[in-house]
Amino acid sequence: MVQALDHLKETASQTAGPYVHIGLTPNFCGIGGVYDADLGTVMVGEKTLGQRITVSGRVLDGTGTPLKDALVEIWQADAAGLYNSPSEMRGSADPAFLGWGRCPTGAEDGVFRFETIKPGKVPFKDGRPMAPHITFWIVARGINVGLHTRMYFPDEVEANAADPLLLRVEHRDRVATLVATGSAPNYIFDIHLQGEKETVFLDI
Amino acid sequence: MSDRANRKPETGAFFPRDRNWHAPALTPGYKTSVLRSPQKALLSLDGTISEITGPVFGHSMLGERDNDLIHNFAKPGESAIGERIIVHGRVLDERRRPVPGALLEFWQANAGGRYRHKKESYLAALDPNFGGCGRTITDEDGFYSLRTIKPGPYPWPNGVNDWRPAHIHFSIFGHGFAQRLITQMYFEGDPMIWKCPIVNTIADRRAIEQLIAPLDWANTIPMDARAYKFDIVLRGRRSTLFENRMEGN
Repeated sequence: MVQALDHLKETASQTAGPYVHIGLTPNFCGIGGVYDADLGTVMVGEKTLGQRITVSGRVLDGTGTPLKDALVEIWQADAAGLYNSPSEMRGSADPAFLGWGRCPTGAEDGVFRFETIKPGKVPFKDGRPMAPHITFWIVARGINVGLHTRMYFPDEVEANAADPLLLRVEHRDRVATLVATGSAPNYIFDIHLQGEKETVFLDI
Repeated sequence: MSDRANRKPETGAFFPRDRNWHAPALTPGYKTSVLRSPQKALLSLDGTISEITGPVFGHSMLGERDNDLIHNFAKPGESAIGERIIVHGRVLDERRRPVPGALLEFWQANAGGRYRHKKESYLAALDPNFGGCGRTITDEDGFYSLRTIKPGPYPWPNGVNDWRPAHIHFSIFGHGFAQRLITQMYFEGDPMIWKCPIVNTIADRRAIEQLIAPLDWANTIPMDARAYKFDIVLRGRRSTLFENRMEGN
Protein backbone atom coordinates (compact mmCIF):
# COMPACT_ATOMS: atom_id res chain seq x y z
CA MET A 1 0.00 0.00 0.00
CA VAL A 2 1.02 3.59 -0.54
CA GLN A 3 -0.52 6.83 0.66
CA ALA A 4 -3.63 7.93 -1.18
CA LEU A 5 -3.13 10.93 -3.45
CA ASP A 6 -6.61 11.99 -2.44
CA HIS A 7 -7.18 14.24 -5.43
CA LEU A 8 -10.69 15.08 -6.53
CA LYS A 9 -11.81 14.91 -10.15
CA GLU A 10 -12.67 18.13 -11.94
CA THR A 11 -16.42 18.63 -12.34
CA ALA A 12 -17.22 17.53 -15.88
CA SER A 13 -18.09 20.27 -18.33
CA GLN A 14 -21.53 20.37 -19.95
CA THR A 15 -22.61 22.47 -22.89
CA ALA A 16 -23.63 26.07 -22.23
CA GLY A 17 -26.75 25.26 -24.27
CA PRO A 18 -28.90 27.59 -26.34
CA TYR A 19 -29.81 29.90 -23.47
CA VAL A 20 -26.36 30.80 -22.15
CA HIS A 21 -27.33 34.47 -22.55
CA ILE A 22 -29.92 34.19 -19.80
CA GLY A 23 -27.18 33.43 -17.33
CA LEU A 24 -24.20 35.37 -18.63
CA THR A 25 -25.63 38.34 -20.55
CA PRO A 26 -29.24 38.67 -19.36
CA ASN A 27 -29.61 42.30 -20.46
CA PHE A 28 -28.51 41.30 -23.97
CA CYS A 29 -31.41 38.84 -24.23
CA GLY A 30 -34.03 41.12 -22.78
CA ILE A 31 -33.99 40.14 -19.11
CA GLY A 32 -33.63 43.59 -17.63
CA GLY A 33 -33.67 44.76 -14.05
CA VAL A 34 -31.77 41.88 -12.48
CA TYR A 35 -28.25 43.30 -13.03
CA ASP A 36 -27.42 46.92 -13.88
CA ALA A 37 -25.26 45.83 -16.79
CA ASP A 38 -23.95 42.63 -18.31
CA LEU A 39 -20.47 41.71 -17.09
CA GLY A 40 -17.55 42.18 -19.44
CA THR A 41 -19.19 44.51 -21.95
CA VAL A 42 -16.94 47.49 -21.24
CA MET A 43 -13.22 46.75 -21.06
CA VAL A 44 -11.65 50.15 -21.59
CA GLY A 45 -12.16 53.44 -19.74
CA GLU A 46 -10.75 56.93 -20.15
CA LYS A 47 -7.85 56.16 -17.84
CA THR A 48 -6.88 52.86 -19.43
CA LEU A 49 -3.37 52.99 -20.83
CA GLY A 50 -2.57 51.69 -24.28
CA GLN A 51 -3.49 51.67 -27.93
CA ARG A 52 -7.23 51.33 -28.49
CA ILE A 53 -8.17 48.49 -30.79
CA THR A 54 -11.27 46.55 -31.75
CA VAL A 55 -11.36 42.82 -32.23
CA SER A 56 -14.35 41.44 -34.05
CA GLY A 57 -15.12 38.14 -35.66
CA ARG A 58 -17.43 35.20 -35.97
CA VAL A 59 -17.52 31.62 -34.76
CA LEU A 60 -18.20 29.35 -37.75
CA ASP A 61 -19.42 25.75 -37.82
CA GLY A 62 -18.33 22.99 -40.16
CA THR A 63 -20.50 24.33 -42.99
CA GLY A 64 -19.12 27.86 -42.61
CA THR A 65 -22.30 29.11 -40.96
CA PRO A 66 -21.74 31.66 -38.19
CA LEU A 67 -23.06 30.67 -34.77
CA LYS A 68 -25.67 33.09 -33.50
CA ASP A 69 -25.89 31.58 -30.05
CA ALA A 70 -22.22 31.46 -29.01
CA LEU A 71 -20.52 33.39 -26.24
CA VAL A 72 -16.91 34.51 -26.38
CA GLU A 73 -14.70 35.58 -23.49
CA ILE A 74 -11.25 37.10 -23.75
CA TRP A 75 -8.44 37.58 -21.25
CA GLN A 76 -5.33 39.60 -21.90
CA ALA A 77 -2.42 41.51 -20.44
CA ASP A 78 -2.36 45.29 -20.18
CA ALA A 79 -0.35 47.53 -22.48
CA ALA A 80 2.81 46.88 -20.46
CA GLY A 81 2.38 43.11 -20.57
CA LEU A 82 1.07 42.63 -17.03
CA TYR A 83 -2.01 40.68 -16.04
CA ASN A 84 -4.49 42.17 -13.58
CA SER A 85 -4.45 39.06 -11.40
CA PRO A 86 -3.17 38.04 -7.94
CA SER A 87 -1.08 35.42 -9.75
CA GLU A 88 0.86 38.16 -11.55
CA MET A 89 4.17 38.37 -9.69
CA ARG A 90 6.09 40.71 -12.00
CA GLY A 91 4.41 43.97 -11.03
CA SER A 92 1.09 45.75 -10.80
CA ALA A 93 -1.09 45.91 -13.86
CA ASP A 94 -2.91 49.06 -15.00
CA PRO A 95 -5.68 49.46 -12.38
CA ALA A 96 -7.92 50.91 -15.09
CA PHE A 97 -7.86 47.69 -17.10
CA LEU A 98 -9.21 44.35 -15.90
CA GLY A 99 -8.24 42.63 -19.13
CA TRP A 100 -11.33 40.46 -19.32
CA GLY A 101 -14.25 40.80 -21.73
CA ARG A 102 -17.37 38.85 -22.59
CA CYS A 103 -19.47 39.17 -25.74
CA PRO A 104 -22.27 37.10 -27.25
CA THR A 105 -22.23 36.58 -31.00
CA GLY A 106 -24.92 38.72 -32.60
CA ALA A 107 -28.37 37.23 -33.01
CA GLU A 108 -28.58 38.62 -36.56
CA ASP A 109 -25.04 38.44 -37.98
CA GLY A 110 -23.17 36.22 -35.56
CA VAL A 111 -20.48 38.85 -34.98
CA PHE A 112 -18.73 39.42 -31.65
CA ARG A 113 -16.87 42.65 -31.03
CA PHE A 114 -14.52 43.80 -28.28
CA GLU A 115 -13.21 47.30 -27.73
CA THR A 116 -9.94 46.84 -25.89
CA ILE A 117 -6.26 47.78 -25.96
CA LYS A 118 -3.35 46.03 -27.56
CA PRO A 119 -1.63 43.84 -24.96
CA GLY A 120 2.10 43.94 -24.34
CA LYS A 121 4.39 40.95 -24.53
CA VAL A 122 4.43 38.48 -21.65
CA PRO A 123 7.07 35.83 -20.95
CA PHE A 124 6.80 32.13 -21.70
CA LYS A 125 7.75 29.78 -18.87
CA ASP A 126 11.41 29.78 -19.89
CA GLY A 127 11.58 33.56 -20.09
CA ARG A 128 11.39 33.93 -23.85
CA PRO A 129 8.86 36.62 -24.78
CA MET A 130 5.56 35.52 -26.22
CA ALA A 131 4.21 37.70 -29.00
CA PRO A 132 1.30 39.94 -27.97
CA HIS A 133 -1.82 37.81 -27.86
CA ILE A 134 -5.35 37.62 -26.49
CA THR A 135 -6.65 34.43 -24.88
CA PHE A 136 -10.07 33.31 -26.14
CA TRP A 137 -12.65 30.97 -24.62
CA ILE A 138 -15.69 29.93 -26.66
CA VAL A 139 -18.86 28.24 -25.48
CA ALA A 140 -22.13 27.49 -27.27
CA ARG A 141 -24.86 24.95 -27.77
CA GLY A 142 -23.17 21.88 -29.25
CA ILE A 143 -19.78 22.60 -27.62
CA ASN A 144 -19.35 20.10 -24.78
CA VAL A 145 -16.18 21.58 -23.28
CA GLY A 146 -15.40 25.28 -23.68
CA LEU A 147 -12.72 25.86 -26.30
CA HIS A 148 -9.48 27.69 -25.53
CA THR A 149 -7.49 29.42 -28.23
CA ARG A 150 -5.41 32.56 -28.80
CA MET A 151 -5.41 35.49 -31.16
CA TYR A 152 -2.10 36.94 -32.32
CA PHE A 153 -1.59 40.19 -34.25
CA PRO A 154 -0.87 40.32 -37.99
CA ASP A 155 1.45 43.33 -37.57
CA GLU A 156 3.80 41.46 -35.20
CA VAL A 157 5.44 39.32 -37.82
CA GLU A 158 8.84 39.10 -36.12
CA ALA A 159 7.45 38.46 -32.65
CA ASN A 160 5.03 35.87 -34.00
CA ALA A 161 7.87 34.07 -35.76
CA ALA A 162 9.63 33.67 -32.40
CA ASP A 163 6.54 32.92 -30.31
CA PRO A 164 7.04 29.72 -28.27
CA LEU A 165 3.42 28.62 -28.63
CA LEU A 166 3.18 29.29 -32.35
CA LEU A 167 6.46 27.41 -32.80
CA ARG A 168 4.75 24.36 -31.31
CA VAL A 169 2.19 24.19 -34.14
CA GLU A 170 3.33 21.21 -36.17
CA HIS A 171 1.49 21.97 -39.39
CA ARG A 172 2.86 25.40 -40.21
CA ASP A 173 -0.03 26.40 -42.47
CA ARG A 174 -2.29 26.21 -39.41
CA VAL A 175 -0.42 29.03 -37.63
CA ALA A 176 -2.47 31.46 -39.69
CA THR A 177 -5.63 30.30 -37.91
CA LEU A 178 -4.26 31.96 -34.75
CA VAL A 179 -3.38 35.29 -36.36
CA ALA A 180 -6.01 37.99 -36.83
CA THR A 181 -6.54 39.74 -40.15
CA GLY A 182 -7.19 43.42 -40.62
CA SER A 183 -4.84 46.09 -39.34
CA ALA A 184 -4.53 48.50 -36.45
CA PRO A 185 -6.79 49.56 -34.89
CA ASN A 186 -9.40 47.14 -36.24
CA TYR A 187 -8.60 43.46 -36.18
CA ILE A 188 -10.74 40.57 -37.35
CA PHE A 189 -10.52 37.10 -35.85
CA ASP A 190 -12.81 34.41 -37.24
CA ILE A 191 -12.86 31.14 -35.34
CA HIS A 192 -13.51 27.99 -37.37
CA LEU A 193 -14.79 25.10 -35.27
CA GLN A 194 -13.97 22.53 -37.93
CA GLY A 195 -13.11 22.09 -41.59
CA GLU A 196 -10.07 23.00 -43.66
CA LYS A 197 -9.54 26.25 -41.79
CA GLU A 198 -10.17 24.75 -38.36
CA THR A 199 -8.67 27.00 -35.70
CA VAL A 200 -5.92 25.54 -33.55
CA PHE A 201 -7.58 24.95 -30.17
CA LEU A 202 -5.53 24.53 -27.03
CA ASP A 203 -5.42 21.90 -24.32
CA ILE A 204 -3.63 24.15 -21.90
CA MET B 1 -8.27 37.83 5.19
CA SER B 2 -5.12 37.23 7.27
CA ASP B 3 -5.24 33.56 6.37
CA ARG B 4 -5.38 34.39 2.70
CA ALA B 5 -2.68 37.00 3.00
CA ASN B 6 -0.36 34.38 4.44
CA ARG B 7 -0.89 32.00 1.59
CA LYS B 8 1.74 31.57 -1.03
CA PRO B 9 0.84 33.27 -4.28
CA GLU B 10 -0.76 30.94 -6.80
CA THR B 11 1.69 30.83 -9.65
CA GLY B 12 1.72 27.13 -10.50
CA ALA B 13 0.24 25.74 -13.70
CA PHE B 14 -2.94 23.69 -13.56
CA PHE B 15 -3.27 19.94 -13.60
CA PRO B 16 -3.94 18.82 -17.16
CA ARG B 17 -7.60 18.32 -17.99
CA ASP B 18 -8.58 14.65 -18.04
CA ARG B 19 -10.04 14.51 -21.51
CA ASN B 20 -11.39 11.00 -20.90
CA TRP B 21 -13.39 12.26 -17.95
CA HIS B 22 -14.93 15.15 -19.86
CA ALA B 23 -17.17 14.59 -22.86
CA PRO B 24 -15.38 14.40 -26.22
CA ALA B 25 -16.14 17.20 -28.67
CA LEU B 26 -17.94 14.95 -31.13
CA THR B 27 -20.95 13.24 -29.58
CA PRO B 28 -23.39 12.36 -32.39
CA GLY B 29 -26.18 11.50 -29.94
CA TYR B 30 -26.21 15.23 -29.23
CA LYS B 31 -26.74 16.31 -32.81
CA THR B 32 -25.63 19.94 -32.54
CA SER B 33 -22.13 18.77 -31.64
CA VAL B 34 -21.63 17.20 -35.06
CA LEU B 35 -20.88 20.43 -36.91
CA ARG B 36 -19.53 22.32 -33.91
CA SER B 37 -16.83 19.91 -32.78
CA PRO B 38 -13.16 20.46 -33.64
CA GLN B 39 -11.85 17.44 -35.53
CA LYS B 40 -8.14 18.13 -35.34
CA ALA B 41 -6.06 17.34 -32.28
CA LEU B 42 -5.86 20.02 -29.62
CA LEU B 43 -2.44 21.61 -29.15
CA SER B 44 -1.43 20.46 -25.67
CA LEU B 45 1.02 22.39 -23.55
CA ASP B 46 1.64 23.33 -19.96
CA GLY B 47 -0.13 26.51 -18.92
CA THR B 48 1.66 29.81 -19.39
CA ILE B 49 1.09 33.02 -17.47
CA SER B 50 -1.78 33.75 -19.88
CA GLU B 51 -3.78 30.82 -18.49
CA ILE B 52 -2.43 30.69 -14.94
CA THR B 53 -3.77 34.19 -14.27
CA GLY B 54 -7.38 35.27 -14.21
CA PRO B 55 -9.57 38.25 -13.31
CA VAL B 56 -10.91 38.83 -9.80
CA PHE B 57 -14.53 39.78 -9.24
CA GLY B 58 -15.29 41.55 -5.98
CA HIS B 59 -18.24 40.90 -3.71
CA SER B 60 -19.10 44.60 -4.08
CA MET B 61 -20.45 43.99 -7.58
CA LEU B 62 -23.24 41.81 -6.20
CA GLY B 63 -26.75 43.06 -5.60
CA GLU B 64 -28.69 41.93 -2.56
CA ARG B 65 -30.98 39.61 -4.49
CA ASP B 66 -28.52 38.37 -7.12
CA ASN B 67 -28.55 34.85 -5.65
CA ASP B 68 -32.31 34.79 -4.99
CA LEU B 69 -34.03 33.74 -8.21
CA ILE B 70 -37.36 33.55 -6.41
CA HIS B 71 -37.33 37.31 -6.04
CA ASN B 72 -34.72 38.92 -8.30
CA PHE B 73 -37.12 39.29 -11.23
CA ALA B 74 -40.41 39.32 -9.31
CA LYS B 75 -42.68 42.30 -8.81
CA PRO B 76 -42.45 43.80 -5.32
CA GLY B 77 -44.25 41.56 -2.86
CA GLU B 78 -44.56 38.68 -5.31
CA SER B 79 -42.43 35.63 -5.93
CA ALA B 80 -41.74 32.99 -8.54
CA ILE B 81 -44.03 29.95 -8.73
CA GLY B 82 -42.60 26.51 -8.02
CA GLU B 83 -40.97 24.28 -5.45
CA ARG B 84 -38.79 26.47 -3.26
CA ILE B 85 -35.26 25.14 -2.99
CA ILE B 86 -31.83 26.19 -1.77
CA VAL B 87 -28.77 25.05 -3.68
CA HIS B 88 -25.54 25.32 -1.77
CA GLY B 89 -22.10 23.84 -1.66
CA ARG B 90 -18.44 24.60 -2.05
CA VAL B 91 -16.09 25.30 -4.88
CA LEU B 92 -12.93 23.26 -4.39
CA ASP B 93 -9.99 22.42 -6.57
CA GLU B 94 -8.70 18.96 -7.38
CA ARG B 95 -6.35 19.19 -4.39
CA ARG B 96 -9.38 19.73 -2.13
CA ARG B 97 -8.47 23.34 -1.47
CA PRO B 98 -11.42 25.73 -1.22
CA VAL B 99 -11.62 28.32 -3.99
CA PRO B 100 -12.60 31.62 -2.36
CA GLY B 101 -13.80 34.51 -4.49
CA ALA B 102 -15.07 32.29 -7.31
CA LEU B 103 -17.78 33.93 -9.40
CA LEU B 104 -20.72 31.59 -9.99
CA GLU B 105 -23.41 32.49 -12.48
CA PHE B 106 -26.44 30.27 -12.92
CA TRP B 107 -29.47 30.05 -15.17
CA GLN B 108 -32.44 27.76 -15.52
CA ALA B 109 -35.95 27.15 -16.83
CA ASN B 110 -38.99 28.00 -14.70
CA ALA B 111 -41.05 25.46 -12.78
CA GLY B 112 -42.89 24.47 -15.98
CA GLY B 113 -39.66 23.91 -17.94
CA ARG B 114 -39.83 27.18 -19.89
CA TYR B 115 -36.90 29.55 -20.41
CA ARG B 116 -37.36 33.29 -20.71
CA HIS B 117 -35.75 33.55 -24.16
CA LYS B 118 -37.08 34.59 -27.55
CA LYS B 119 -35.71 31.45 -29.20
CA GLU B 120 -37.60 29.24 -26.76
CA SER B 121 -40.66 27.61 -28.33
CA TYR B 122 -41.95 25.21 -25.67
CA LEU B 123 -45.65 25.75 -25.02
CA ALA B 124 -45.30 25.78 -21.22
CA ALA B 125 -46.24 29.11 -19.67
CA LEU B 126 -43.83 31.86 -18.71
CA ASP B 127 -43.87 32.93 -15.08
CA PRO B 128 -44.04 36.75 -15.00
CA ASN B 129 -42.14 36.68 -11.72
CA PHE B 130 -39.25 34.49 -12.86
CA GLY B 131 -36.27 35.67 -14.91
CA GLY B 132 -34.08 32.60 -14.50
CA CYS B 133 -30.63 34.04 -13.80
CA GLY B 134 -28.54 34.63 -10.71
CA ARG B 135 -24.99 34.92 -9.46
CA THR B 136 -22.88 34.84 -6.34
CA ILE B 137 -19.24 34.75 -5.21
CA THR B 138 -17.82 32.10 -2.89
CA ASP B 139 -16.74 33.13 0.61
CA GLU B 140 -13.32 32.67 2.21
CA ASP B 141 -13.91 28.94 2.59
CA GLY B 142 -15.31 28.42 -0.89
CA PHE B 143 -18.97 28.23 0.17
CA TYR B 144 -21.88 29.57 -1.86
CA SER B 145 -25.64 29.33 -1.76
CA LEU B 146 -28.60 30.39 -3.84
CA ARG B 147 -32.35 30.28 -3.53
CA THR B 148 -34.58 29.39 -6.46
CA ILE B 149 -37.48 27.23 -7.59
CA LYS B 150 -36.89 23.75 -8.90
CA PRO B 151 -36.78 23.93 -12.70
CA GLY B 152 -39.07 21.70 -14.72
CA PRO B 153 -37.97 19.18 -17.35
CA TYR B 154 -38.65 20.12 -20.95
CA PRO B 155 -38.64 18.63 -24.45
CA TRP B 156 -36.06 19.73 -27.01
CA PRO B 157 -35.48 19.11 -30.69
CA ASN B 158 -32.81 16.43 -31.02
CA GLY B 159 -34.28 12.96 -31.26
CA VAL B 160 -38.03 12.77 -31.85
CA ASN B 161 -38.80 12.59 -28.15
CA ASP B 162 -35.84 13.90 -26.17
CA TRP B 163 -36.37 15.65 -22.87
CA ARG B 164 -33.93 17.44 -20.63
CA PRO B 165 -33.98 16.37 -16.98
CA ALA B 166 -34.47 19.22 -14.54
CA HIS B 167 -31.17 21.06 -14.33
CA ILE B 168 -29.46 24.31 -13.40
CA HIS B 169 -26.62 25.66 -15.55
CA PHE B 170 -23.53 26.85 -13.68
CA SER B 171 -20.72 29.03 -14.99
CA ILE B 172 -17.67 29.14 -12.72
CA PHE B 173 -14.73 31.54 -12.65
CA GLY B 174 -11.89 30.25 -10.48
CA HIS B 175 -8.54 31.94 -10.04
CA GLY B 176 -7.01 31.14 -13.43
CA PHE B 177 -8.51 31.47 -16.88
CA ALA B 178 -7.62 27.81 -17.50
CA GLN B 179 -10.11 26.84 -14.77
CA ARG B 180 -13.01 28.41 -16.63
CA LEU B 181 -15.91 25.98 -16.59
CA ILE B 182 -19.56 25.69 -17.52
CA THR B 183 -21.55 22.71 -16.34
CA GLN B 184 -25.05 21.60 -15.35
CA MET B 185 -26.42 20.40 -12.03
CA TYR B 186 -29.05 17.65 -11.86
CA PHE B 187 -31.32 16.52 -9.02
CA GLU B 188 -31.06 13.30 -7.05
CA GLY B 189 -33.61 10.68 -7.96
CA ASP B 190 -34.54 12.00 -11.42
CA PRO B 191 -34.91 8.99 -13.77
CA MET B 192 -34.64 11.28 -16.80
CA ILE B 193 -30.96 12.00 -16.15
CA TRP B 194 -29.92 8.68 -17.67
CA LYS B 195 -32.06 9.15 -20.79
CA CYS B 196 -30.60 12.54 -21.70
CA PRO B 197 -28.33 12.78 -24.77
CA ILE B 198 -26.51 15.78 -23.30
CA VAL B 199 -25.83 13.99 -20.01
CA ASN B 200 -24.74 10.96 -21.99
CA THR B 201 -22.07 12.90 -23.87
CA ILE B 202 -20.06 12.01 -20.73
CA ALA B 203 -18.89 8.41 -20.90
CA ASP B 204 -17.80 7.89 -17.29
CA ARG B 205 -20.74 7.22 -14.97
CA ARG B 206 -18.80 8.62 -12.01
CA ALA B 207 -18.39 11.93 -13.83
CA ILE B 208 -22.16 12.07 -14.33
CA GLU B 209 -22.84 11.17 -10.72
CA GLN B 210 -20.63 14.09 -9.70
CA LEU B 211 -23.16 16.38 -11.45
CA ILE B 212 -26.12 15.11 -9.41
CA ALA B 213 -26.93 17.10 -6.28
CA PRO B 214 -28.26 15.10 -3.33
CA LEU B 215 -31.22 16.27 -1.30
CA ASP B 216 -29.66 17.78 1.83
CA TRP B 217 -32.26 17.10 4.48
CA ALA B 218 -30.15 18.54 7.33
CA ASN B 219 -29.99 21.93 5.64
CA THR B 220 -33.62 21.97 4.57
CA ILE B 221 -35.42 24.90 6.17
CA PRO B 222 -38.63 23.73 7.86
CA MET B 223 -41.83 25.18 6.36
CA ASP B 224 -39.80 27.01 3.71
CA ALA B 225 -37.35 25.39 1.27
CA ARG B 226 -35.64 22.06 0.69
CA ALA B 227 -31.89 22.11 0.24
CA TYR B 228 -29.71 20.43 -2.39
CA LYS B 229 -25.95 20.28 -2.05
CA PHE B 230 -23.78 20.80 -5.11
CA ASP B 231 -20.00 20.92 -4.75
CA ILE B 232 -17.99 22.00 -7.76
CA VAL B 233 -14.39 20.97 -8.41
CA LEU B 234 -12.07 23.10 -10.52
CA ARG B 235 -8.70 22.10 -11.90
CA GLY B 236 -5.98 21.83 -9.26
CA ARG B 237 -2.87 23.95 -9.38
CA ARG B 238 0.60 22.55 -9.01
CA SER B 239 2.17 24.02 -5.93
CA THR B 240 5.52 22.60 -5.03
CA LEU B 241 8.44 24.72 -3.99
CA PHE B 242 9.71 24.59 -7.54
CA GLU B 243 6.45 25.92 -8.97
CA ASN B 244 6.64 29.17 -7.05
CA ARG B 245 9.62 30.60 -8.82
CA MET B 246 9.17 33.98 -10.37
CA GLU B 247 8.13 33.71 -13.99
CA GLY B 248 11.12 33.58 -16.24
CA ASN B 249 13.62 32.34 -13.66
